[in-house]
Amino acid sequence: MTAALALGDDALVLSHRLGEWAGHAPVLEEEVALANIALDLLGQARMLLSFVGDEDQLAYLREERAFRNVQLVEQPNGDFAHTMARQLYFSVYQHLLYEELAAGEGEFADLAAKAVKEVAYHRDHAEQWVLRLGDGTAESHERMQLGLDALWRFTGELFEPVGGVDIDRSALSDRWLAAVTSVVERATLTVPSGPQSGAWAAGAGRQGLHTEPFGRMLAEMQHLHRSHPGASW
Amino acid sequence: MAAVTADQTTQGTAGTAEEAEAAHLATFDAAVAADDRIEPRDWMPEAYRASLVRQMAQHAHSEIIGMQPEANWISRAPSLRRKAILMAKVQDEAGHGLYLYSAAETLGTSREELLDKLHAGRQRYSSIFNYPTLTWADVGAIGWLVDGAAITNQVPLCRCSYGPYARAMVRICKEESFHQRQGYELLLALSHGTPAQHEMAQDAVNRWWWPSLMMFGPPDDASAHSAQSMAWKIKRHSNDELRRRFVDICVPQAQVLGLSLPDPDIRWNEKLGQHDYGAIDWTEFQEVLKGNGPCNEQRLTQRRKAHEEGAWVRDAAAAYADKHSARPGTAGAAAQPVEATA
Ligand SMILES: [Fe+2]
Ligand SMILES: [Fe+2]
Repeated sequence: MTAALALGDDALVLSHRLGEWAGHAPVLEEEVALANIALDLLGQARMLLSFVGDEDQLAYLREERAFRNVQLVEQPNGDFAHTMARQLYFSVYQHLLYEELAAGEGEFADLAAKAVKEVAYHRDHAEQWVLRLGDGTAESHERMQLGLDALWRFTGELFEPVGGVDIDRSALSDRWLAAVTSVVERATLTVPSGPQSGAWAAGAGRQGLHTEPFGRMLAEMQHLHRSHPGASW
Repeated sequence: MAAVTADQTTQGTAGTAEEAEAAHLATFDAAVAADDRIEPRDWMPEAYRASLVRQMAQHAHSEIIGMQPEANWISRAPSLRRKAILMAKVQDEAGHGLYLYSAAETLGTSREELLDKLHAGRQRYSSIFNYPTLTWADVGAIGWLVDGAAITNQVPLCRCSYGPYARAMVRICKEESFHQRQGYELLLALSHGTPAQHEMAQDAVNRWWWPSLMMFGPPDDASAHSAQSMAWKIKRHSNDELRRRFVDICVPQAQVLGLSLPDPDIRWNEKLGQHDYGAIDWTEFQEVLKGNGPCNEQRLTQRRKAHEEGAWVRDAAAAYADKHSARPGTAGAAAQPVEATA
């Protein structure tokens, strides 16, 4: 239950952020691609949340402190490079995690097996863009590096233990770092050197401690649903 | 089938340029008369080409500008199911834009060129998107009425004389009919929901009804392009014909919805076998067309902004493609992100 909430909230919140790109993407193909990823994540979120209870009650009627997503996914979109940095960090993590869950026999094996293809596409999409932007123009290189640097301190949380997900977190972290390093270096960029968690203990998001932009995101997301208590849509 | 290509008809004709032109035109006219498809490599009159580019560009622009009013509600969709439907719909519209810009490219006009014209205000998009989406019910009203009107307009375009346009329309119309049903179903849920939801739905229908009727364009006697487009079989029915067909479809659907249409003059005309409806406010139509609608400024500004803010991304993709191209120096003009086909 803790695990389904954690993984479900990750997918729900990242999907919401990606949905904010609709109508604002840099090129029409990316309108399609970002919506695709957002829809995949929303589908995952709905399945995961339904393990716990009613999907809409969970999405729309919980307070900020009850959400269990990592802080990385709630970070605002920023520019396209910032969003792609977030996508790279998260999708590499999610791909490695889901591959492992799919291979196991835990309660998420079926779901992970279904989702792993989608997630592989998300990862490929992010990697391709990090390469293009890192090794594109001077401006895109600089923006891509800024994105990677700014979000680096949210990556440590990805490897905090989640109750109910029985995997070797430190091995996951090693493989993640190797994969990210390989892409970042091929993109002629530098892997950030700072700490992978902020001043708060890593794992804050998993305990319901979030960043300021998250409250606004939820306010917008939940407002209509909460304005009509008991209504069905 | 394609008409005879330009190459074939010119071969071996020793006549004057005028004679050749006349021969081309005769072949073209015969193809149109026989309901053959005109294909990109076929000879076609310049005015036909220009008219098609104008119409396809306006159509493509409408798809991408049309994403804005609905994207406005993605972040506030009141259930996860509705959110998924809405995101998929807005994504479909982006896809429609892609098909249509590609279809226009077969006539030698690049997407870049058409977008520049849109951004400069030199090409239009459908005026309907210059109205705001004020409540969640507007998402339903757009699906039911705006996508519904679009389908009524576009189904005949699946038989349009220009092949690539007709084929794009077949695919688009299938998706538009999903949108229409989803919008209808959204309104149905609201109409049978709480009193506040019902009121929200009625208010949305009240606001979107007349602008939807205007989507069919000016009345036949005032339509600048209609006659020629019909002769060329780009268009198959007149504006007023299609408008009336749309009213006939909507009236019984509104009854099932339990919502009223904001026109006291709608009634069944036994003699004509169709519905009569009230007078349309063409002054409003002209004003919105001129740029004075509630959202003209906002829509175009957001479009330009997305394009300008995306310039560095497109430049980067082009620079990367140049550097990593197998044939150095040949790539570069267009950014071609590769993942978008899914
Ligand atoms: Fe469309
Ligand atoms: Fe549509």
